Amino acid sequence: MRDFAVNRTSGLLVLPLVCVLALFLVVPICLILVVSFWDYNEWNFFPAFIFDNYAYIFTSPVTWATYLRTLQYTVITWVFCTAIGFTVAYFLAFHVRSQTWQIALFLLCTIPFWNSNIIRMISWIPFLGRNGIANSVLLDAGLIDVPLEWLLFSDFAVILAFVHLYTLFMVVPVFNTMMRIDRSLIEAARDAGASGWQTLVHFVLPLSKPGLMIGSIFIVTLVMGDFITVRFMSGGQSASVGRVIANEIALLQYPAAAANAVILLATVLLIVSVMLRYVDIRKEL
Amino acid sequence: MTDNKKNDLKTPAGGITRRSLLKGSAAVAGAAVGSGAITGFPMIWAQNIKNVTLRQFGTGVSNLNEVAAKVKEDLGFTLEMTALDSDTVTQRAATQPKSFDIADIEYWICKKVWGAGNLQAMDTSKIKNYDKIVGTFKSGKLTPESVIAQGTAPHSVGFVEGPNGKTFADSETGWMTLIPTIYNADTLGIRPDLIGRPISSWTELLNPEFKGKASILDISSIGIMDAAMVCEAMGEVQYGDKGNMTKEEVDKTMAIFTEAKKAGQFRAFWKSFDESVNLMASGEVVIQSMWSPAITAVRSKGIPCVYQPLKEGYRSWGGGLGLSANLSGLELDAAYEYINWYLDGWVGGFLMRQGYYSAVPETSKNFMSDDEWGFWFEGKAAEGDITNPFGDVMEKAGSVRDGGSFYDRMGAVACWNAVMDENKYMVRKWNEFIAA
Repeated sequence: MRDFAVNRTSGLLVLPLVCVLALFLVVPICLILVVSFWDYNEWNFFPAFIFDNYAYIFTSPVTWATYLRTLQYTVITWVFCTAIGFTVAYFLAFHVRSQTWQIALFLLCTIPFWNSNIIRMISWIPFLGRNGIANSVLLDAGLIDVPLEWLLFSDFAVILAFVHLYTLFMVVPVFNTMMRIDRSLIEAARDAGASGWQTLVHFVLPLSKPGLMIGSIFIVTLVMGDFITVRFMSGGQSASVGRVIANEIALLQYPAAAANAVILLATVLLIVSVMLRYVDIRKEL
Repeated sequence: MTDNKKNDLKTPAGGITRRSLLKGSAAVAGAAVGSGAITGFPMIWAQNIKNVTLRQFGTGVSNLNEVAAKVKEDLGFTLEMTALDSDTVTQRAATQPKSFDIADIEYWICKKVWGAGNLQAMDTSKIKNYDKIVGTFKSGKLTPESVIAQGTAPHSVGFVEGPNGKTFADSETGWMTLIPTIYNADTLGIRPDLIGRPISSWTELLNPEFKGKASILDISSIGIMDAAMVCEAMGEVQYGDKGNMTKEEVDKTMAIFTEAKKAGQFRAFWKSFDESVNLMASGEVVIQSMWSPAITAVRSKGIPCVYQPLKEGYRSWGGGLGLSANLSGLELDAAYEYINWYLDGWVGGFLMRQGYYSAVPETSKNFMSDDEWGFWFEGKAAEGDITNPFGDVMEKAGSVRDGGSFYDRMGAVACWNAVMDENKYMVRKWNEFIAA
């Protein structure tokens, strides 16, 4: 009887959250799913039950090319964000001894994020351009004879912007997990004769896994769903799944966009569920 | 019955809306007239109209705050303007009929969204300057000898059979879909200082000489037309109608452009006006699809930029004002009043001094100096510095407009921006090109 009461209380407590999630997450996704089977013309979309939208996605070579490109962006961005993010977090957590300095430096990392995402991205354009600062400096230094064309409007530019925009999403969770590593473990490792490298690989890295995984989920979902960075930094020349969806929405092809969104959602969920198999995040939080 | 239905659409359940209030006051005014208390009905009307607010949206080219301010001054009512890009404009006109009273849209957008039934046709007998509107928008012919260009020529979607007509009429019917307001002839923009030789054909866009320095706009319905101009000029594709391609023609066009893209011909694609200006001004691009005011914007930075007339002709576009199907009564009267005012010359002069053309050039002339008229319309050399309506110097004394006079430019239109029957297919192919 008492158990039932507890259950009812917790049920009631969780109810608002359930309602909010149902209304703003589950219902919209269901609607997207429904609309993805609808038909459309130039100015309207209307109920139907057709598989054309999906058929086109799966048969078009562009879909495969786009997904491949998007995944490629994701993997490369993830590698750089993880390497940089882990290093920065490690430095903050283990090399900076005073807590005041840790907090100060951590805040320093977040300062660029007080500005808009778009502004931070667009600032790269004049910097990397044919007559931009980067090229002028290299030319003046005599390192190159002709301006480097691949600096801007290229995959390089896209990934550079991604790494710049998203590294902090790796730094924060990794720093957080590292701070909770029991320092006596490190001392024990040292006492047992482990070198610095061995301590890093056998203790710090495994113990930081939850943070790394949370950061990775952030980066994967952010990059997979991006449409604006790819458009600006590639000069509109590269496609990503997000851009395809954005284009379809702009052209009033809502059902096609919905179908694409469903496939993207499924893909991302799949990737995230695979990632979660390696680390039980809930246990670590 | 239909009237009831319309009213239902306009009034949210249980709320007193601005419109119902307006209607109420109109009724009171009517009653006042009826009772003979006040004799001058127009005066009442003039009082009432001050409370009207018309919401207009459209592309940035003609949605200028100066126009709204002048409307307030001359007509007394409020005009709220929203400037959006072409895709969003289309989207709104098609899906959010209650969000606007006046749609400032292009003719190809009109073709696309008219079927959605959110716009109502206009009675041309209420348009004072109707007879003076340029032939391009009525018979399709600029001069009696003109050949009608390909694409969605404005006159072909300019008329419907009656006030509720859903299909476009072949000739003038007295019911106009859009009242033409602004139009121009587009071509390629170039950086003469970086190219250093004459450019005379659309083929130059794909000339390997400009590898990595060319750009095209990424708005499918306009971009495909520029692409078609290039392919036709190259002699690679022959089109029945560039504005209404067959699937095969779309495939061929996109194949040529995809190949060029893979070979690195393009530096970037642009979607908004500002992007095109930045690409050109920074020297990232030396030849690209461009719009007339973008050229001016580059030049005003002191950077040479030419709107190059090409031997194959121009790709032209035109826009006009459409009335929301929701408009009625006093607000509809105000809208007609506004449209008549629009064609009366002040706006025309304002737009022509930025390099566009007005649908009724002769009224605009009254609002331009002789030198301005000579430069912008007649293609004569400027006698003094030519300034835009904002006071910035656009051209130095002695310069001549790229492409020459109105008749030289608008007479050499090869095709109009268009929506094709194979639109869905074309859009998919265009997206594939962008993703390639």
